[in-house]
Amino acid sequence: MVTQTVREALRDAMAEEMRADERVFLMGEEVAEYQGAYKVSQGLLDEFGPERVVDTPITEAGFTGIGVGAAFAGLRPIVEFMTFNFAMQAIDALVNSASKTFYMSGGALGCPIVFRGPNGAAARVGAQHSQCYASWYGHVPGLKVVAPFSAGDAKGLLKSAIRDSNPVVFLENELLYGQSFEVPDGADHLVPIGRANVLRAGSDVTIVAFSIMVGEALKAAEALAGEGINAEVIDLRTIRPLDAATLLESVAKTNRIVTAEEGWPYAGIGAEIAALVMERAFDELDAPVARVTGADVPMPYAANLEALAKPDAERIAAAAKRVCYRD
Amino acid sequence: MTAAKRKTRKTQPAKAAPAAGAKELGRYLREMLLIRRFEEKAGQMYGMGLVGGFCHLYIGQEAVVTGVVDAMDHEDTLITGYRCHGHMLACGADPRQVFAELAGRAPGVSKGKGGSMHLFAVDRNFYGGHAIVGAQVPIGVGIGFAHKYRGTKRVSVVFFGEGAANQGQVYEAFNMASLWQLPILFVIENNKYAMGTEIRRAKAGTELFKRGDPFGIPGEQVDGMDVLAVEAATGEAIARCRSGQGPRLLEMQTYRYRGHSMSDPAKYRSREEVSKMRAERDPIDQVRTRLIKGGHASEDELKVIDREIRETVNQAAEFAQESPEPDPSELTTDITRDATGA
Ligand SMILES: Cc1ncc(C[n+]2csc(CCOP(=O)(O)OP(=O)(O)O)c2C)c(N)n1
Ligand SMILES: [Mg+2]
Repeated sequence: MVTQTVREALRDAMAEEMRADERVFLMGEEVAEYQGAYKVSQGLLDEFGPERVVDTPITEAGFTGIGVGAAFAGLRPIVEFMTFNFAMQAIDALVNSASKTFYMSGGALGCPIVFRGPNGAAARVGAQHSQCYASWYGHVPGLKVVAPFSAGDAKGLLKSAIRDSNPVVFLENELLYGQSFEVPDGADHLVPIGRANVLRAGSDVTIVAFSIMVGEALKAAEALAGEGINAEVIDLRTIRPLDAATLLESVAKTNRIVTAEEGWPYAGIGAEIAALVMERAFDELDAPVARVTGADVPMPYAANLEALAKPDAERIAAAAKRVCYRD
Repeated sequence: MTAAKRKTRKTQPAKAAPAAGAKELGRYLREMLLIRRFEEKAGQMYGMGLVGGFCHLYIGQEAVVTGVVDAMDHEDTLITGYRCHGHMLACGADPRQVFAELAGRAPGVSKGKGGSMHLFAVDRNFYGGHAIVGAQVPIGVGIGFAHKYRGTKRVSVVFFGEGAANQGQVYEAFNMASLWQLPILFVIENNKYAMGTEIRRAKAGTELFKRGDPFGIPGEQVDGMDVLAVEAATGEAIARCRSGQGPRLLEMQTYRYRGHSMSDPAKYRSREEVSKMRAERDPIDQVRTRLIKGGHASEDELKVIDREIRETVNQAAEFAQESPEPDPSELTTDITRDATGA
């Protein structure tokens, strides 16, 4: 094991895969000379040169389409969005071209590409720069959608995403970039897409979260333990395909589930999990599914309103107590 | 005349600045100094944690918005990106309310909900600060569409950076603006950098004033560090827009002194480059020199003006600091409005 930040783990994942496969290249705004707007691609230009680490103009619709075309033609692009907010400029290439062409061509033309960058709210950057796209992309058949929490998962999942022959949307989080975790050594560390991870075993209630909310879920579980509630925490890791088996197994044990996400409640990931549990584990439930989400508002700028809009450990713990009828 | 029939006007190089009177120069000095001192204070407040998130200062570019707004009519509208503090002040917004917005406080222009990148003064015809690079360009064309649709003589002035000038939607907007002969003045604020990208690294062809040519939009390159040149070029261009001759494009050659935002150490350029620009081209110094050389003002008089403006800015900052945060109930207001709202 080595101690690494999420930022370093992502960089190493790209570097290792680029060393192993010449078809892999990185492109996006400020990825080369500036070393990444958030320094995720630090050092890659030096090692791989400007042919494989490509600075683009501010032209998301253009370079995303170009990435898709390059993938159709057999390369394995990693397209970095400075943040996923800007991918909305390019969502047509992502949804209409990358995700559907394999189907429309009857399996003749695949699109091995990774779209990555920070997703969700950072700090005080306001409505147009703070939203979670997990449910947007999770909605789309033909895409795989990944949203890791720890550095080890970030590395192992990004490597799997780059090796995957399908388009993968890889949702990172700016506030996690600087956090350190233990990461397995070596270039063989892979984490499979589509597999959730039980981070903490428990018997009273299941808390399922992804990305930065996993940290809050763990904190909530800690607090709940102090009150005699034994929570199981599941890091979803992949949004699509959803690891239903792990979720259902956990609910069969705890009979209660709380979902936590930063995104909006309407048609969110929590809504999808609630439907899954209702359809496939109705008889196991001792309480209605509880959803903890971002407030159903555009992200406000003011510090106090922003705090009210973002879910946190306290709200997760409160929801857990509610479903345990302990509030 | 339709766009197809109209001949593309040959674009002209930057013209020599015209002469200006003492009164005009004094006004420019005050307007630009207000932006400069406001931005310096905003930078300090950011350092103290009173302003959060992304904060893009306008220092160095003051002559652009000052000269453009001066040449506009009261009824004309404007729109820009996230680097919008100067545009608010140039439109005459109350510095106290602008500062309160930067601090996320209740009396802010957007009740503290928008922040530095999302300032609006709709009552002053400023349609705001938009944080998605290039998005304001078609929106600004839509505002111009409305001006024409209603049969007014208003002109829509659309500001964007040279980095934004690479976005595809800019050219979709150019095409329709010209096709429909809309009253639009496109103002490219070419400050040489888009975040860490120097213009030559991102553009096939750096003569941005020519980018309207294929659409029949006449363009001109302007010394954007000289407020008189900016005012003169804008006045001429706006008059043509207003008279129904369709859109125009001005490329303002300018420079930002600070990093892209407060979190950018700006290592992609040399200190010398910045200090040379400050020493030789500063828009405020140019006006100061004109005032003194023309015998319109003494050093002491200029110091008094500067002191007054600093005082205004300090008061605005204090007002922001002392103002309360928005009421928690504001979290869920202003999302949609009554369906019968105006
Ligand atoms: C669609 C989109 N892509 C990327 C960004 C991130 N970003 C913000 S400002 C900026 C640079 C813009 O440069 P320019 O247009 O020259 O304006 P300047 O900042 O120099 O005023 C970038 C890349 C964004 N806000 N929106
Ligand atoms: Mg620029």
